Amino acid sequence: MEFYRSHVLVCGGSPCVAAGCRAVRVEIERLVREQGLDREVRVVETGCLGPCDQGPIVVVYPEGTVYHRVNMGAAREIVAEHLVKGRPVTRLQYAGELPSVSTADDKRTDYFQIQKRIVLENVGLIDPESIEEYIARDGYLALGTALTNLRPADVIETVKRSGLRGRGGAAFPSGAKLEFTARTESDQKYIICNADEGEPGTFKDRLILEGDPHKVIEGMIIMGYAVGATHGYIYIRGEYYISIERIERAIRQARWLGLLGANLFGSGFNFDIEVKKGAGAYVCGEETALIESIEGKRGIPRRKPPYPGTSGLWGKPTVVNNVETIANIPPIILNGADWYRGFGTSTSPGTKVFTLTGNVNNRGLIEVPMGITLREVIYGIGGGIPDGRSFKMAQTGGTAGGCLAEAHLDMPMDYESMQSAGSALGSGALLIIDDSHCIVDVACSLLHFFAHESCGQCTPCREGTTRLVQIFDKLRQFRATQADLDLAMELATVMLRSSLCALGQSVVVPLGTIMQHFEGEIQAHLHGKCSVGLCHGACDCAEGRPAENV
Amino acid sequence: MKSLDDLKKIKERAQAMTELREGKEDVRIVVGMGTCGIAAGARDTLAAIMDEINARSLRHVVVTQAGCIGMCESEPIVDVIRQGEPKVTYGRVTPDKARQIIASHVVNGQVVGNFVISLK
Repeated sequence: MEFYRSHVLVCGGSPCVAAGCRAVRVEIERLVREQGLDREVRVVETGCLGPCDQGPIVVVYPEGTVYHRVNMGAAREIVAEHLVKGRPVTRLQYAGELPSVSTADDKRTDYFQIQKRIVLENVGLIDPESIEEYIARDGYLALGTALTNLRPADVIETVKRSGLRGRGGAAFPSGAKLEFTARTESDQKYIICNADEGEPGTFKDRLILEGDPHKVIEGMIIMGYAVGATHGYIYIRGEYYISIERIERAIRQARWLGLLGANLFGSGFNFDIEVKKGAGAYVCGEETALIESIEGKRGIPRRKPPYPGTSGLWGKPTVVNNVETIANIPPIILNGADWYRGFGTSTSPGTKVFTLTGNVNNRGLIEVPMGITLREVIYGIGGGIPDGRSFKMAQTGGTAGGCLAEAHLDMPMDYESMQSAGSALGSGALLIIDDSHCIVDVACSLLHFFAHESCGQCTPCREGTTRLVQIFDKLRQFRATQADLDLAMELATVMLRSSLCALGQSVVVPLGTIMQHFEGEIQAHLHGKCSVGLCHGACDCAEGRPAENV
Repeated sequence: MKSLDDLKKIKERAQAMTELREGKEDVRIVVGMGTCGIAAGARDTLAAIMDEINARSLRHVVVTQAGCIGMCESEPIVDVIRQGEPKVTYGRVTPDKARQIIASHVVNGQVVGNFVISLK
């Protein structure tokens, strides 16, 4: 192992790649060679560091100096000044602090202690394309411990006691899920990692896979051991190019080291993983539609029961879990259930990864303990609302999540409190909207999205989403009546009760919370008034606005 | 991968690679890399220090650079700061002297008296 006096980490998360980080990294590497520093300075492409709209981010160790919005000129200056002469370029430095960056003289304020990284502990700190760097940070130790010292039932017991719940949206207790499948007798069982992250505004799973792919692989193997499955699938969105590239490389590395394949750790347990690319349908994030898609069929949900736990992929017992849920498994096995329960609240232990988007100063990827308030996230980590505007609403959990108003800012974000406000933590999207937006316009956008993504299999969802779009477009044009609004709520309720899957069932969540928390503004539209001035009598939305506007 | 020991071996080898990023530090070596330092041969001195750290597989040693501190005639200047001990500044550090400083001071804690220009 070579010693380098300095490591230069260039963020290689998708948002930074979009901002041009690859060219910056190549330029830094070229200049480092040109200056004859390539034996002294190591350049590493790492995972997402958090503040995505500040990208490309470059961190120079051992100082832990963070540079933001680094362009080619800045890259040259950093090499010439910082790397050659040892003078950090203050002008290009990022004023904020990053939770993943620690230095010897750590003067971190309480303010950033809000973030607690369990799932993201390695993201932005290691080279995701190096299995050795993962192993250096205790990677695969949980797997080794489980296979050599624990029985499958012990693994399940630990997960149960940790209180971990599904992080994909449904929040089902993960330990119970494992237990169902473990108890079902079958010659073959499967583990599926659901990386078909479809909720608009959510990109956490993408950045977890990009930044620390081995953690997901390790989690899947441990789960396989717990339930007696020998084969795993990662179902991932086809357009997640970097995630796919890194996870496939990680699988090859794990096979090469004998961490995937036959007789792992000499225990006699075999496990292997295959990657399946999805074609980007929202409904394929639903577990049974996802299973249909893996089987090569059209991605439409199955009737339940039977649930996948007893009859899933190819009719065999299958555990389907979200990327973030799986990434929680290795730390829980390694540190124990009590350690995990030390974070978050008693009923919602652990942390949650959120993607903070919309009208907020610091957009990006964060991981916080459960039970933190929306205010701490928006005004603490998020740095408040830009352009002197004020907070209007936050949608938690993606399009299928609820819309919360100012009154909810101090409510703790955990499963129970969210539920009591009619919302959910869901997929981890936190969309912040300021007062320049009209609530009816927001509702229209959401409903267009649902109508576009409804798979068409069941009538309540297919017809319901279409009718809801018509009603809200009418409301935008000031042509709707109270009877229309009553009908909308009735439709949404019928959809909740009779739709085949969560797509149709969850339309009532955003719609219900908007109707409840923003009643005044909705009512004003019945009388031809839009307080923001966005809606007017002659509206363009009758032609159907593209759903991407959400 | 046949046992936990196999994993441990890889881990020990690999840890040296990332610990620089974790703020663990027993010894800090600062090489003066102002124009004066570079002109006096600080780059070769730095290369020798790195080489010695590599050869000895030293852990938790941080090597950084600094600009001119105003004693240009004494360049290349190297500071060695062991955790909890006073900073020792060495002057006119040639690559050979640098190797001696690593062996004596960094590894064994013995300050190389005749190269020292300041102690605080």
